[in-house]
Amino acid sequence: MTVENGMDAGPPHAATVVSRTQESPTIFTLQLRLDDAAAQAAYRFAPGQFNMLYLFGVGEVPISIMSDPGDRIGIGHTIRAAGRVTRGLAELQPGDPVGLRGPFGRGWPLQEMGGNDIVLVTGGLGCAPVVSVVHYILKRRDRFGKLVIIQGVKHAEDLIWREQYDHWASMPDTQVLVAATEGAALWPWHVGRVTDLFALARFNPKRAAAMMCGPEGMMRTAAESLLQRGVPESRLFLSMERNMQCAVGRCGHCQLGGSFVCRDGPVYSWGQVKDLLVHRGF
Amino acid sequence: MFSGHEPAGFLPLALLDTLVAALMAQGYECQGPAVENGAIVMRELAETDVLPRGLQAEQAPGHYRLTQDPLNRYFAWANGPQAIKPQVFAPKESMWRVERDEAGALQFAAVLPEMPKQAIIGVRACDLAALALQDAHFLRDGRRDAHYAQRREQLFLVAVQCAVPASTCFCASTGDGPTPTTGYDISLAELAEGFVVVASSGKGEAVLSALNLLPATSQQIDAAQQQGQAAAASQTRSLPSRNLLEALMSQLEHPRWDEVAARCLACGNCTAVCPTCFCHAEGDEPSLDGHSSEHGRIWDSCFSESHGHLHGFNVRPDIRSRYRQWLIHKLATWHEQYGRSGCIGCGRCIAWCPVGIDLTEEVSALTASEAQL
Repeated sequence: MTVENGMDAGPPHAATVVSRTQESPTIFTLQLRLDDAAAQAAYRFAPGQFNMLYLFGVGEVPISIMSDPGDRIGIGHTIRAAGRVTRGLAELQPGDPVGLRGPFGRGWPLQEMGGNDIVLVTGGLGCAPVVSVVHYILKRRDRFGKLVIIQGVKHAEDLIWREQYDHWASMPDTQVLVAATEGAALWPWHVGRVTDLFALARFNPKRAAAMMCGPEGMMRTAAESLLQRGVPESRLFLSMERNMQCAVGRCGHCQLGGSFVCRDGPVYSWGQVKDLLVHRGF
Repeated sequence: MFSGHEPAGFLPLALLDTLVAALMAQGYECQGPAVENGAIVMRELAETDVLPRGLQAEQAPGHYRLTQDPLNRYFAWANGPQAIKPQVFAPKESMWRVERDEAGALQFAAVLPEMPKQAIIGVRACDLAALALQDAHFLRDGRRDAHYAQRREQLFLVAVQCAVPASTCFCASTGDGPTPTTGYDISLAELAEGFVVVASSGKGEAVLSALNLLPATSQQIDAAQQQGQAAAASQTRSLPSRNLLEALMSQLEHPRWDEVAARCLACGNCTAVCPTCFCHAEGDEPSLDGHSSEHGRIWDSCFSESHGHLHGFNVRPDIRSRYRQWLIHKLATWHEQYGRSGCIGCGRCIAWCPVGIDLTEEVSALTASEAQL
């Protein structure tokens, strides 16, 4: 795919919080800059890759990069305060220090999929790896066909970046389909399962590629639906999530069959993982 | 080894301590077998130490006892609970530390282990095979793990041929023993009156040349070869020597996984004694004054609840999926990662399992239906 894994086993590089945005009661975005100006200028990544962020005295967590690779202001990370490290990261303010190493893993095959309609399927709370793809395509609109953004959330309140979805829907050749299992007052989109939306998606299966991120059950259902529509298996991609501690294929936690998600993923083609996904426990 | 093609020397039994002395004289810190808590462990040797003699390691599922060797040999014990994994992949070590200055800025610095030149005496063929697999993992494709490499580069390995495999041993079936063939600096085969000795590295030759050994006779070399063949033939357990990737991947929902899960305690003993298991957890230990923190790693096990933990769900919430992960990785998907099985036939997971689960028996059960098809 696009970018080979760098080798950045640690220690992390000193970095500073440039800005912090509260996206929802538990989700926030940190823009970070490496303190070493030359390292910051040389930093390159592909959408779908991740960094290890370090909170002093607490530990490291893998976080997807959600900003655009061309953005030189900072490196964006959208994080949900869920565990020990991320709850601590949520307390950080502009100017606070963190550690950063990365980028790690393989990102989305955006260059290889150029010219295709792109169908993005995400479930759960705002999926940063896929948002980075939206940014990427909208900045390079002429390189891709139609863009279909399909997003499912459990509760209507869970949808972050609501204004962005409206903005995206107003862009040429872009279709936004959102579903919440439980709606709320003034919820403008579908109430029901995200998979209900596939019938409404307008794209040409013969020249479409799909990129998925979210709960594995949802991705399996989405993959079946897309394959039925005629999207070839070779153009179906998904981002996998596993416990990651070293990010360089050594600590063993993220093994998925014969691969290490941190190094060989997190983005896989459907054919690479479909046989394992039907068995719980890999 | 002992093929007759390489120059073999002969070291009389009474002069074994001169080998230790020669290693020390060349600046090696020496580790050798010692008895601790009823088992063979590797411990640093002092100049006056004498290696233990006349011990066998009787092993069976869930069983390990040191017994008397009627021939009073130095190396009649097959193995102890650890291979040489702890010497290269430390059970717990610091990897980097970070200081927070008064302005709040973070200064990161790598922490590398100080390692003397170290010789280990009594390494088995299975241990060498395991070390090669750890090398493949920690040093692969030029992506060196600095901590592992630092230790690995300092090692001098004195291998010994296994003459008395335990009942749990099956290295002959995995192709990894019982006679060391590669990966050592010096190798010994113990006969009644002394050791047939060969070197396979410049470092090894330098140590042997200090010993002024007589050449081994062809009878002594033949005896060492025959001893290795007899030890291989005496092994009663085995794994199929073919690649089990497809055979096991086609049995992921076999009822045997439920059956073994009912016996397995998920204690992680098998992964702790397995010389090829490489999983480790990373974590931070902040200092009490709040000015610094150490980031380190510690051996982890795929049998632990935390191994597959993610926020919101656990990839392997039950023992069935954890045992399956371990066995499938070790014997099947290891082929995809490192081009061979991750099992080198040492049998430690069998002997040190508190409920005596036998890997070779599980594989037979899992692949039996496949064989009938």
